[in-house]
Amino acid sequence: MPTTKTLLAALLSCTLAVPALAGPLKVGMITTLSGGGAGLGTDVRDGFLLALKQAPDIDIEVVIEDDQQKPDIAVQLADKMIQSDKVDVLTGIIWSNLAMAVIPAATAQGKFYLSPNAGPSALAGKGCHPLYFNVAWQNDNLHEAAGAYANDAGYTNSFLLAPNYPAGQDALTGYKRMYQGDIAEEVFTQLGQTDYAAEIAQIRASGADSVYFFLPGGMGISFLKQYAGSGVDIPVIGPAFSFDQGILQAVGEAALGVKNTSQWSKDLDNPANQAFVESFQAEYGRLPSLYASQGFDTANLLISAAKTADVTDPDAFQAALEAADFDSVRGNFRFASNHHPIQDIYVREVIREGDIYTNRIVATALTDHSDAYVAECEM
Amino acid sequence: MPVSLVIEQALNGLQFGVMIFLMAAGLTLIFGVMGLINLAHGSFFMTGAFACAATAAATGSFLLGLAASLAAAAAAGALVEVAVIRRLYARDHLDQVLATFALILIFSEGTRWLFGSFPLYLDVPQALARGVMLPGGIQYPLYRLVVIVVGLCVASGLWLLIHRTRLGMRIRAGESDREMIAALGVNIAGLYTAVFAIGAALAGLAGALVGALQSVQVGMGEPVLILAFVVIVIGGIGSIRGALIGSILVGLTDTLGRFLLPSAFGLFLDPSAATAFGSALASMLIYILMAVVLIFRPNGLFGVA
Repeated sequence: MPTTKTLLAALLSCTLAVPALAGPLKVGMITTLSGGGAGLGTDVRDGFLLALKQAPDIDIEVVIEDDQQKPDIAVQLADKMIQSDKVDVLTGIIWSNLAMAVIPAATAQGKFYLSPNAGPSALAGKGCHPLYFNVAWQNDNLHEAAGAYANDAGYTNSFLLAPNYPAGQDALTGYKRMYQGDIAEEVFTQLGQTDYAAEIAQIRASGADSVYFFLPGGMGISFLKQYAGSGVDIPVIGPAFSFDQGILQAVGEAALGVKNTSQWSKDLDNPANQAFVESFQAEYGRLPSLYASQGFDTANLLISAAKTADVTDPDAFQAALEAADFDSVRGNFRFASNHHPIQDIYVREVIREGDIYTNRIVATALTDHSDAYVAECEM
Repeated sequence: MPVSLVIEQALNGLQFGVMIFLMAAGLTLIFGVMGLINLAHGSFFMTGAFACAATAAATGSFLLGLAASLAAAAAAGALVEVAVIRRLYARDHLDQVLATFALILIFSEGTRWLFGSFPLYLDVPQALARGVMLPGGIQYPLYRLVVIVVGLCVASGLWLLIHRTRLGMRIRAGESDREMIAALGVNIAGLYTAVFAIGAALAGLAGALVGALQSVQVGMGEPVLILAFVVIVIGGIGSIRGALIGSILVGLTDTLGRFLLPSAFGLFLDPSAATAFGSALASMLIYILMAVVLIFRPNGLFGVA
């Protein structure tokens, strides 16, 4: 009965709640599943659910809700999940502004929070919390790696470009923390800007030898296409967010050869990663992205802790999470004292494999890298 | 600061303005003729971009994509007019805003349902993907020049349509007295559908042209919609000429402001403060322009009281 099937599929997609085995551990996932940023949330969710599926003997129940990329909705969802769904662990948030609205309140109510993406500096330093773990990176990390790579590549005069909002300013701070050369010019654009002709003309006139830009999502696609069409040939570096698997196909040829920094890549040579890439493709019919790998690692961290400790004993569960006893798809992975990752960050290059644009690792930018705020964290 | 850079930025501003004009023209036409506030106009922009990207991907031809964007946006416009908008003409603006806002959500989620959450690929056609040397040693992308020319052609075509054809005569008549033109036996319902479809098709064309430069993704229409509203307020609601002048004014102000203000503040502030202050002020500039215009001409530049 095809109609029944369609109806069932429609019902399933409407409720969004995944009925799993009723178990002792209940997870609330608040992530972005509609609007312009939906690709990121979808990948985190799919990576997370894939890991749970591969560990059927662990009882974890997941409640998934869409935050629509709005802080007020995320806060409402968190309240609902804590008070009526009675979740033990929260996760899923993509954006730093939403994370700041939800995480401090959730941890204050005694809930664990595992961040699969956002890593604002405020939660890594003075605002760190024993129940808050970041499984992705501190926001500055990939930018720091790009600065380090610029030194290695011999660049001495960088043009910097970022949107005028907190994460954009942090990005340029991160880059400058490691980069030792001169700054040709520093330009802040509007958040959500789609036309970069004016900035590209400035880049052309600046005499810089490299361009560093942080323009996540659609902004990066616009910039790269227009940059490639402008005939300016100054090399570009960016963090992985603008070269993620989900958007590379939309950028197309314009991205070929661009260097970007990431803590993960699909060609990372370790058994956990190979199995992850293969099973993700088999399950969803597309290549995993950076965000999918972060969702996958987050779920596996949770599973590893659930194996050894019970969430009703928060101290034991926290210790089990701190041990990070799981095979990360990134290879080396452990937590610093502020519960943020210590990991290697790589330089990737955009290549074409058949019809698909993807990345391969060309160098290691930083080894065993922590973050700049770890000393400020007291817990 | 080299003169060539300033000229290049002025061209960028002109191109940006021409793009907003394609959006604003439809919006102001619909408001002028039918008195309708249409928030869903950005959805036609998105429809055009997606239709162009999908057709170009399937056939490999950008021109066919452009044709598809016009057809798809006009069809979507006509459909929406007949199904929803027609019931709103007699109601107040708040109802119209609510209903067309609902249309935005329906269009966005419908597009996601059809095409998925990830942005689509659409690139500038090969033949236009290069820079040209303009007199004065300015290197400028050919595609952007073509966009300027297309936009100006559409503007003059629209002027001819409104001032030199029977349809245009009816549109103007409908604008000044809709009861009278209905009493004269003109099929007012058909006229409204036609105007709505023309407005939607222009938005779709803008979406397709811009989609090749930017990313084709869900929600791409709303930022442009806000600019288009600013433009029609500056130009005077209902005036096509006002929309053209307003668009170019907004395009130039925005582009040159973003580029000149940070360096202007750099003359007397330290560089990082100048950048921060300049970019903050630049993003406000078009709204300041709008406020100034409204102080001196409360009905906009070409508006009638």
